[in-house]
Amino acid sequence: MEDVNHTKLETRGYDMFYGDFQALREVHIKIPANQITAIIGPSGCGKSTFLRTFNRMNDLISDVRVAGEVILDGCSIFEMDPVELRRHVGMVFQRPNPFPKSIFDNVAYGPRANGLRDRAQLGDIVKRSLRDAVLWDEVKDDLGRSGLALSGGQQQRLCIARALAVEPQVILMDEPASALDPIATLRIEELIQTLKEKYTIVIVTHNMQQAARASDYTAFFMMAEDRAGCLVEFGPTQQIFTRPQNKQTEDYITGRFG
Amino acid sequence: MSEGTATVSKSVLEAGEGAPDRCTIDFQDQANVARRRAVQGIAFGLLWLAGIAAVLVLLFVAGYVIARGAGTVAADFPGFLLDPPLGGLSAEGGISTTIVTTFYVVFLTIGIAAPLGIFAAIYLVEYAEGVENSENKWVSRLVGVVRFGVETLAGVPSIIFGLFGYALFVTTLNEHTGGFSLISGSLACACLLLPVIIRASEEALKAVPRFYREGSLALGATQWQTVRQVVLPAALPGIITGIVLSVGRVVSETAVFYVTLGGTHNLPTSLRQGGRTMAMHLYTVATETTAYEKAMATGAVLIVTIVLINLIINLISRRLTAGLKGR
Amino acid sequence: MPRESFDKDLQHLEDDILTLGSMVETSIMEAVDALKRRDLERSRELIAFDRKINEKRFAIEAEALAVIAMQQPVAIDLRMLAAVLDIADELERIGDYAKGIAKINLRIGEGPLLKPLVDIPAMARKACSMLHRALEAFIDRDVDRARALPREDDEVDNLYNQVYRELMTYVIADPRTIEQANFLLWAAHNLERAADRVTNICERVLFTATGELIEMDVEDMDIEGMPG
Repeated sequence: MEDVNHTKLETRGYDMFYGDFQALREVHIKIPANQITAIIGPSGCGKSTFLRTFNRMNDLISDVRVAGEVILDGCSIFEMDPVELRRHVGMVFQRPNPFPKSIFDNVAYGPRANGLRDRAQLGDIVKRSLRDAVLWDEVKDDLGRSGLALSGGQQQRLCIARALAVEPQVILMDEPASALDPIATLRIEELIQTLKEKYTIVIVTHNMQQAARASDYTAFFMMAEDRAGCLVEFGPTQQIFTRPQNKQTEDYITGRFG
Repeated sequence: MSEGTATVSKSVLEAGEGAPDRCTIDFQDQANVARRRAVQGIAFGLLWLAGIAAVLVLLFVAGYVIARGAGTVAADFPGFLLDPPLGGLSAEGGISTTIVTTFYVVFLTIGIAAPLGIFAAIYLVEYAEGVENSENKWVSRLVGVVRFGVETLAGVPSIIFGLFGYALFVTTLNEHTGGFSLISGSLACACLLLPVIIRASEEALKAVPRFYREGSLALGATQWQTVRQVVLPAALPGIITGIVLSVGRVVSETAVFYVTLGGTHNLPTSLRQGGRTMAMHLYTVATETTAYEKAMATGAVLIVTIVLINLIINLISRRLTAGLKGR
Repeated sequence: MPRESFDKDLQHLEDDILTLGSMVETSIMEAVDALKRRDLERSRELIAFDRKINEKRFAIEAEALAVIAMQQPVAIDLRMLAAVLDIADELERIGDYAKGIAKINLRIGEGPLLKPLVDIPAMARKACSMLHRALEAFIDRDVDRARALPREDDEVDNLYNQVYRELMTYVIADPRTIEQANFLLWAAHNLERAADRVTNICERVLFTATGELIEMDVEDMDIEGMPG
């Protein structure tokens, strides 16, 4: 794989355990900056677990053990304060989860948590984030409305705006469109395309057509016999879907797996 | 193509006939369905009866007291409410001081128990869980003990708290509390309420979905920020329910206050002075005097007070949560 | 089994390609045979038959497009469907060559040929044999056979050169034969082109199996001034 873009996130020999059970084994990957990397694979292969590594959300689960290195821009994430890390690596979840607060307060939550109080500055950040998330025009008339009063697709874009407000470098997305109808899904995919200019995006999806449509690079994970997740193949999306190198990859994407 | 007509492909239109004119489904199972419907009807009927019975009991008790007591209150309105009790065999006077004392006690007790209870619940739910499986065995053991203690305390009869309050606040700490006093009574009653509030708050906090917390943490907030700004507001309705229940409990408590408040029918003017709540007054009048009617009247006012307080708290709660849920 | 109906669709398309292939083979062999036997009626029938070949080709194309739209194939499945579209096209053109030979028979008209045909039927047999084996290689995804077949194109080219030289001697000897010689050369040219198309089919078979598109032009033949 040519090194066209420099690497934003990297793992070397990364293992992850829940107690005695190994969830991920020996993952070596280099995720390029300002590109969209999709993670695909069958259920239970550890995709979400792997994604959550990058903002250390796995720390919230007890009895988690890790080995190997995970590196963001040359710094090991395990040597950072998780709170600090999460300012640089944001996350959007599978089901939209806006807080039971107003739209403004939702988007301003992150910056406020970091200590920003100036109302004018917050207003600018909220406006910019909602613009980037292509939601501004739909809500600009009433930012005081509760976030829960929006439609599903709008709520998810609100969550994206919320993540953008802290200006992270990386945005992790865990099946961001799986709870949405097809039109809303396509809008989210378009939105992600515009975001890659400023951010590095890693997205887990179980929808292969979405991975093929919406990503630049694809990583394929599989479960080994002992149910540990392994990275089987990683490459440009176009290559993975027209000429995969690995037979397991081909079996999976043509739907003949299992 | 006229409006409202869908475009149907020609092959579909020509493919088959329409639905038959007469209903052709063979409903074999009618007896079975009828029987199941009958069973459902009986079950619902019984449930409905049970509900009606509960409401009837409530109405009967409250209604009886209010009916019996309303007459006396009306006869001396608003004197009954505004005059202090004067004592004596026929319970002269009104119940003004008891009404005020009741409110004092409610505010004091809730003021002590609520913050303590809520924060304890926050600790148990938000922080203790992470600690349970960690290497620090002593802390997790402590948390286990705390949990068990809370559960046990919830079942202890109130007179025990009263005696405890008497022994500690009234007797031992006499110089600080003034013996029989508002502060002694409130402290003792707060102990009584603590398990209830902790329980209710814990449930409310646990009911806040995990993804609210995750969403906040993923934005780079600390755990405390998450609790304060996301979890607590979301758990507020449940916590308030716990407080409402506790208020009712305070207003109706007799045993605890009997041995910690004293019972003087004067109005307490400081925390270190004792007094008499409506419930205590009711008991005293009913057992030590001949003014049975006045007891009923006090009971009537008591019930109305409880209803009023609940209404107010519900109103406040609705206001708070309306802001959260969106219009 | 996942994708059972998809696999059935693919199987159906493969069968259709084989059917089209055998229609085309028959067309070529019988057109040359009719030319040899001077059977003008048969040639007329073959010209009409070409319509059926075209219809079959369009049916295959429509079906392949439907499968692509509805099954969203990727990787090897997608390449296979792309190959089906291309091979159907190549087969249809070979069918056109057969029609061309039948037309030549009609244009030569009644009367004997310059010489009994030997090389031209040999070219036809060779081209049809190559076609048959190329389609088998497609069905079997046989990469080795697909790589080897284009070399046999040499034989067809050599036969063509032979036909050319022979016809030239007749024309030089008697210039009045130039018209018929031209027609016969044209027929041979059609067969030479048919063999070239088989080479294209082999390229497609390789592409399906490996994902690489390689130009498999055997070295440009030297045929004294004629384009290859």
